[in-house]
Amino acid sequence: METEAAALLGKYIGAGLACTAMGGAGVGVGHVVGNYLAGALRNPAAAQGQTATMFLGIAFAEALGIFGFLIALLLMFAV
Amino acid sequence: MAAGPDGEVVIDPMHQFEIKPFFGGDELGLLTFTNSTLWMVLTVLAICALLVLGTRGRNIVPTRIQSVAEILYGFIRQMCVDVLGEEGVRFFPYIFTIFMFILFSNLLGMIPYSFTTTSHVAVTGVLAVAVFLIVVILGVMRNGLSFFGMFWVSSAPAALRPALAMIEIISFFVRPLSHSIRLAGNMMAGHAVLKVFAGLTAMIVSAGLLPLAILPLVAMVGLTALELLVAVVQAYIFAILTCIYLNDAVNPHH
Repeated sequence: METEAAALLGKYIGAGLACTAMGGAGVGVGHVVGNYLAGALRNPAAAQGQTATMFLGIAFAEALGIFGFLIALLLMFAV
Repeated sequence: MAAGPDGEVVIDPMHQFEIKPFFGGDELGLLTFTNSTLWMVLTVLAICALLVLGTRGRNIVPTRIQSVAEILYGFIRQMCVDVLGEEGVRFFPYIFTIFMFILFSNLLGMIPYSFTTTSHVAVTGVLAVAVFLIVVILGVMRNGLSFFGMFWVSSAPAALRPALAMIEIISFFVRPLSHSIRLAGNMMAGHAVLKVFAGLTAMIVSAGLLPLAILPLVAMVGLTALELLVAVVQAYIFAILTCIYLNDAVNPHH
């Protein structure tokens, strides 16, 4: 019984810790968009052609946050 | 939300993702018609309605519905040409199919009480693994075994090349995982957040604090707008990543 409770506790703490990945994803996405905006304001003519690249950067930065979310889900429902 | 065993309201944001047979019963077989199947069929019907019926008139000056279809077609075609080059137009039908399916599943999933098929990794995983297999098979067919030479970064210093090759190989094989989890995770997380706020509103109302319930309700309206944006952006990202992955097989030296 003791070990089961400890396992449950660890599971919930682990799921919560996995959500810190969202913070990293937030920093990454903010960095990408912020730099895009800074560049776009310096050279608005070139901005239009780089929106696809910006979305790609967002997607890659965000994927790592989603992995953290996946770990949390796995801990909550699969382990 | 779901009704608990004692009849009280239980807030369960994951309840909406449950797959159950559409025509009653409890058994889930390989060919059971589920609520997921129903919404996939509706997705296909909606796409056909837009692309086949919408452009049936073939007007020189397009009607509103025809111009929607034309804008989507032209946008994805231009994306294919930009990423894959003129030769990439051969892959345009595949990429357009993927894009329209994901876009319409995401958008139909925004209808209250509907089911978001793309929130399941089983659905997005099949799409992503298909892209991965096409890249590998096409790359080997077109370039022979020199296709795997892209793992060996010849522009890097010789001492670094084995380490870089390991990183390249890992990042190549993790592609179908990140490709599918990104879409499914985004849709699942977004819809779960909406349901959490909906549950919060219901809890505040049932606690008798009606004026306070406006706060989560306003947040929910804003989040719904954000989710509509995410639905479109994720379909676009899935399509452009498909283009970029295909580019490795079509133009290996870029």
